[in-house]
Amino acid sequence: MSDKITTLTDATFDEVVRSSDKPLLVDFWAEWCGPCKMIAPILEELADEQAERFVIGKLDVDSNVATATKYSVMSIPTLLLFKDGEVVARLVGAKPKGALLQEITANL
Amino acid sequence: MTHTRVLIIGSGPAGLTAAIYTGRAQLHPLVIEGEPSSTTDQPGGQLMLTTDIENFPGFPEALTGPELMARMREQAVRFGAELRTTKVQRLDTTTRPFRAWLTGDEEPSVSADTVILATGAKSLMMNVPGEERLLSHGLSTCATCDGFFFRGHDIAVVGGGDSALEEALFLTRFATSVTVVHRRDALRASKIMQERAFANDKITFAWNSQVLEVLGDDRVSGLRLRDTHSGEERVLDVTGVFVAIGHVPNTALVQDDLDLEEKGYVRTGLGSYTSIDGLFAAGDVQDHVYRQAVTSAGSGCVAAIDAERWLEAQGL
Repeated sequence: MSDKITTLTDATFDEVVRSSDKPLLVDFWAEWCGPCKMIAPILEELADEQAERFVIGKLDVDSNVATATKYSVMSIPTLLLFKDGEVVARLVGAKPKGALLQEITANL
Repeated sequence: MTHTRVLIIGSGPAGLTAAIYTGRAQLHPLVIEGEPSSTTDQPGGQLMLTTDIENFPGFPEALTGPELMARMREQAVRFGAELRTTKVQRLDTTTRPFRAWLTGDEEPSVSADTVILATGAKSLMMNVPGEERLLSHGLSTCATCDGFFFRGHDIAVVGGGDSALEEALFLTRFATSVTVVHRRDALRASKIMQERAFANDKITFAWNSQVLEVLGDDRVSGLRLRDTHSGEERVLDVTGVFVAIGHVPNTALVQDDLDLEEKGYVRTGLGSYTSIDGLFAAGDVQDHVYRQAVTSAGSGCVAAIDAERWLEAQGL
């Protein structure tokens, strides 16, 4: 995994969201989710290429149910974009890189 | 423009088997495998959304769909297939060689002597009120992706075929109860799946039930059903709905040019030959009857051999 991607947990989530000085994109994923695995390499690339514009975190829903429930995640992959601690965009489902980036940057 | 002797569109069992065979025949196939998505229209195809595969010969211990597809992909690469994770957006079948536009192309970027169309099929939706609005808010088409979020819920699976029962059985791992909603009084599913479903305490059946509406404001709260015999309406209280009512073939690329069957599937004659010379079809895009991983792989092999012989006959 790219060293630019932060692994989030129920315990660290709020603090990371609060203290992020750039917009934070959180990938809600799980090991058993095929479409999640498909976008994982895309997120790695974005973490490197877009590091100036936004940062990326990953939350494994399997072991962090509380955060997934709090944000009503009922389908994965779900990507939530946080700005100043608030959710500004919700992207559900795997998509090609171009489409993902477009939806993210439209909300930056 | 890249020229290839064999362009394979799709990367399910049909496309990848065709890639393995044409690769071993030294034809250096180019596989346009599709783009990431959460529907069955994705690299690896429908099997990417399934759990255990128990009936693929040679694997007495079940393996998962994504695992099987990863193996086929590796095997195709081993024999020299080039795989690109993008999508064919347009195919010109009137010129020789064929010409293809990939995502983002203004001009065609691939030319091909032969095309093996293995674009598969995608899940049908119910087209009832509430469905689109509540998709991923309690309504899902992928039990393996989303089942986890329904721990302790009462949920419904709509459909009566093997995929519906497979989803229902999988979902009993999480849900308190699973109601299979089917518009007839008997299932289409195979005997073994029916026996497993009937034996599972968590699964009940709502027979002769047509879904009229998915209820709920910001998340699913129920299904409005109509009894197909009496016409009576009732509400089934569920907080999750999984749709597994069948498939439509992915023929958008060729539907104006190619001879299709009544149901929209590509008509193949002998082997994998289609109404367009040099274009072969394999897998679920031309099969609404068998639709198995192994039959799909078999038809991919047929298409590869047909394409190889056709190239030879043309002196290409």
